Order: sequence, then structure tokens, then C-alpha cells
Amino acid sequence: MSAVAQSTQGSTKKSPPTKKPKGLNDAQRRQGLLLVLPTLAFLAAVILYPLVRAVFDSFKKDEGLDPATGLFVQGGSAGVSNYTHWLLQQCGNVDCPPGTLGAQFYSAFWVTLFFTVVSVVVEIGLGMWFAMIMNRDFKGRGLVRAAILVPWAIPTAVTAKLWFFIFAFDGIANKLLGFVGIPAQLWTSDPTAAKFAIIIADVWKTTPFMALLILAGLQLIPGDVYEAAQIDGATKWQTFVRITLPLVKVPLMVAVLFRTLDVLRIYDLPAILTNGGGGTTSLSMLVIDQIRQGGFNNASALSTIIFLLIAIVAFLFIRFGGADVIQRPPTSKKKDDDAPTRGQAAQVGNPVAANATSTGA
Amino acid sequence: MTAATTTSTTAPPTSGRTEAQEIHFKSNRNAKIRMYIGLAALVIWGLAPFYWMVVTAFRDVGYTFDTSPWPTHVTLDNFRTAFSTGRGNHFGAALVHSVIIGVVTTVVAMLVGVFASYALARLNFPGKYVVLGVILGSSMFPGVALVTPLFQLFTNLGWRDGANYQALIIPNISFALPLTIYTLTAFLAEMPWELEESARIDGCTPGQAFRKIMLPLAAPGLFTTAILAFIASWNEFLLASQFSTAQTQTVTVAIAQFTGSQPHQEPYTAVMAAGTIVTVPLIIMVLIFQRAIVSGLTAGGVKG
Repeated sequence: MSAVAQSTQGSTKKSPPTKKPKGLNDAQRRQGLLLVLPTLAFLAAVILYPLVRAVFDSFKKDEGLDPATGLFVQGGSAGVSNYTHWLLQQCGNVDCPPGTLGAQFYSAFWVTLFFTVVSVVVEIGLGMWFAMIMNRDFKGRGLVRAAILVPWAIPTAVTAKLWFFIFAFDGIANKLLGFVGIPAQLWTSDPTAAKFAIIIADVWKTTPFMALLILAGLQLIPGDVYEAAQIDGATKWQTFVRITLPLVKVPLMVAVLFRTLDVLRIYDLPAILTNGGGGTTSLSMLVIDQIRQGGFNNASALSTIIFLLIAIVAFLFIRFGGADVIQRPPTSKKKDDDAPTRGQAAQVGNPVAANATSTGA
Repeated sequence: MTAATTTSTTAPPTSGRTEAQEIHFKSNRNAKIRMYIGLAALVIWGLAPFYWMVVTAFRDVGYTFDTSPWPTHVTLDNFRTAFSTGRGNHFGAALVHSVIIGVVTTVVAMLVGVFASYALARLNFPGKYVVLGVILGSSMFPGVALVTPLFQLFTNLGWRDGANYQALIIPNISFALPLTIYTLTAFLAEMPWELEESARIDGCTPGQAFRKIMLPLAAPGLFTTAILAFIASWNEFLLASQFSTAQTQTVTVAIAQFTGSQPHQEPYTAVMAAGTIVTVPLIIMVLIFQRAIVSGLTAGGVKG
């Protein structure tokens, strides 16, 4: 959020010169605020209220039997014990016994991080390749675009069930592996295979989105830049590294940001495809498991931890990663060069990324 | 497609080229072949798993793990099984619930979002970028952080049983509204607003200028945004799995919990049939509006 706050500094003093009289400007201000008010009210109700309440609850004790001591615990203030429960693995005064949800925190944390890094890296590579193929002239553009939109449109729950079938022991994945002499895998329970099952399904579903965003970025690069590079005798690799990459950096980083945040909150795929088998319980799944056991306040602490993790990652991306999600006119260089009169409209990164899969995965 | 084009590019080179031309021609042809191999890989990548779902959906349950790549043992039984309520599955009802929840979510998000988008795209007001930041932050918000507080709230309100659609629609707004505003803002910012002024000069009232000139121009953007919001709501699983009841169960939840005739036997073919039913309407929509959807998906994210 602070990144957003920083990027908003000086938004008022940098407003483009206007010929309109001051009275009209005032009217515009009132009108603008009036028009965004309903949205802010809705967001306050559906996001701010739950967020504040979760933080508030996370400092309260859960009523019930203490799993470590077996004694009944009344409610009341918990201090930071719900947080130390997860972060320091403390259940009461002792370490959380293996098998309890508390003890699973770090395994869930690392596996979520593993999914995030591997999925996003593979998606960048594949997405880049797909985008560069689609950026050329070819016949059958419609078919290719359709093919790439199909995985995006399928609900994640259906995707999970589809890959659950593909990865069944007698399923087609093991049959195909058999052709090349690889023994059949237990895709939904083996600690290694299950993780890759999740990643394969996730990459299949979301690479198209990545490719489309990168493609849109590629199409903004003027062709004469490439002609100039060709005349200057640049190799293909040089052209890619020195021209293509820097020029698609912003859309690429925006796509990477949204995909990263998406995988950090992954739920649907591991919940349905493996149901946590083979150590694939993600952080979001751990919250739901905790809720099922009735520890709401403890679950609130964990969901607050996830929220903070996502906020920190988003901040780092926006501040240091060049993911310019709110491309304000003064900061967008290309607009100054190409279309200086495009108007004062803010260009913003599209959070469809966040919904390329559903909220959960 | 690929085959046809490849043959046209592999036509025998006519004599009379110089050696240099010949080399250029060959490297060009190789690049083209490589491109079409890449395109074929892309198409197979996207369509093969989906194709496998559809083929299995039409395959007799006794041949669930048949590996022939084309449709064999074709039957409609799986669709009957998917819709049958004998085993505790209520897929047909879930379809209705998902449509209701999706439509209401979309309508609310559009009604609220269109005003904010207009303001963000057209007007200058203090705190505009703060508002954009808030909306952006909302779109990054982890859905699971809504579950605990809303679970308790909805329990207290008595929304966790019966046909309380609002228990699903309200949390859905949390992601549908930011999505709607982003997409719409990008669309509206690209519109030729000077036409509105021309219409005013030609004697239209502000209302007329908006209704007769701008609204028809904005219609494709509005429509695409609505489709994206509907798809997002239709595909939602996490919140639906926590807040839906027997009377409001959505299709994603129904499919995830599909049970077969035996307790530990996964009804693969029926699930694939259900998955096909859930997906095919979306895919038809996506195919019809693919250009608009691609521009909606990428709007804003890349406009430097």
C-alpha cells in the first residue's frame, strides 16, 4: 500500500494544464468524488471490514481445548500468541507436536513459495516464447487465439478435476510416460510428483494469460527498431536481450506481479487436485483447515500473515521490480514519445491477472 | 491449417535464383517452418487437455482409461449421470445457482463500477491516484483473508443455511468490482470523448450526447467487462466452497465434491461430462468475443 501511496504523491500538483475556468474544475472535483464514493463504500464493506476484523480477532484467544495441554481455554486476549503459534511453532508453552496444523506452517510456507517461483519462472519462459510466435504474421490467427483462451476460460475447479483425471494412476499422463520408458508416478500423493502435478496444471492454465499480456507489450514495439537492429548487424540474441526485453519490461513485470500474488494465495488446485497429498498443502489451505477445526482467531492470525506476505511482495515488485501498475501520465515515457495528447486518463495494470484463475488459485 | 501452409512453403524452388538468393530463401523457409511448428505446439498445448476432457465425457464409463486419441465408445450416459440426483449430486441446481450468483454479481459490479470508471478515466479530482491504489490493492487482496471474518459474520446473521445468495454475492463483489473498474477505466480512457463535445455543439443535451453518441461506442467495452466479471464469478471456488449451502451450491463446488456410485471410486467420466457442460458455454462466449476479450484482458496493463 505504501508503494501506492508513494506513487500517488504529487498527483494533484502535476495535473495537466487546463483551459477550463476554475468553477468548472471545482464541479469536476465534486463530481469525481461523488462518482467513486459508492465503489469506496462497497470496498470498505467487503474488504476493509473483514481485514480489520481479522486483525482484531487474531489477538483474541480461541475457546476450546488446548491441543498441547488438553485443558479448556477461555476466550480473552491472546496477545501475540496466535502469531507465535504459527511463526515460532508454539502451542501454549511447548512446541507444536508434529501433525498439528501449527507444525505444518513452514512446510506450507515453503511449498507455496516453491509453487510460486517454479510456476512463475516457467510461465515467463513459455509465455515469452508463445508471445513471440504469435507476434509474427501467420494464417489461422483466430484458431491460435482460441487455443490460448481455452485454458484461461476453464474454471480452476474443472481444471483441477481434469488434471486429476489425466494424472490418475491409469490415466493418460502415466501411459504417455510409459511410451518413453518412465515408470508410472503417483501424481497425487508422491512428494515430488504431486508438487509437479500442481505446477503443470497451474502452468497450463495461466501461461496463456501471460503470453497475451507479453504479446500486447510486443505489439507496441515499433517495427523500425528491429529493422535498425538488423541493419546494424545485431544477432537474434542481441536483438532479444537489448531490444525486446527492455521494451516489454513493464507489461512483463505487471504480469509477473499479478501471477506471483496469484500463486501465493493458491487454493483451488492443491485443494481439489491433490487435497494436500504429498506435502502440497498451501498457506491458504492451512487457513481453511484451521477454520474447519474451529480455531477462528488462530486462522485470522494466519490469514493476516498471508495478507502481509502478499502486501510485502507487491510492495517489493512495485518499488524495485519496475511493475508500474499505475502508469500515471508523467511517469509513462512511451506515451510522451508516441501520443502526447492521449489525455489525462490513468493507465492501470489489469488485475484480470488476479482473476485469470479464480481468487483461489 | 499447419499442414496446408507448410506444403505451400515447401514448393520446389524455381531455377534461376542466384546462390545468395537461394540461401536466403532456404533460411526464410526454415524460419517459417519453425514458426508453424511452434504454432502447432501452442495449439496442442491449449486444446489437448480440453479435448481429452470432452472425449472422456462422451466415452462409456467402462472404457474410462481407454487411450485411443479419438472418440470411442461414444455415449451420452455420462451427462445423464452428471445430472442425476440419485447419488447426492445436485449439478443441475448448481448450474442455476451459479447463473444467479454470476448475473447478480456482474450487474452490481457494473452498476457501481461504471461511475467510478468514468470518474477515473475522464475527471480530475483530488485523491484520484489514491482511489486507483485502493482499487489495485483490493484486487491483490487474498480471498482466504475474507473467509474467517465473513464466516463468523454470516453465521451470526443466519446466512449460512437456506437460500441466502447474498452470502456468496457479497464476497464475490470484492474481486468482481476492482476487476470491473480496471477493465472499464482502460476502455473508457480510449474512447473518442471529443465526439461528445461535438454532439453538444450540434445541439444535443448532455443526456442525449451520452445516450446517442457515447453509449453505443462504449457498448463493446461494457459488454466485454461484463463477460470478464461473469467468468470470474462463475469460476470462483474458494469462497463458494466455504459460504454456499445446499440451496446455493455453485457448479465449481458441485464438481469438486462429485460423488460416484461407490464411495472410493472417482466418477471420472461423469465429472468430465459436468466439466464439459460448465466450460462449453464459456468457451463459446470466448470464441465469439475473442478479440474483445483479448483487448479487455490486456487493456491498461501494457498501454505505456
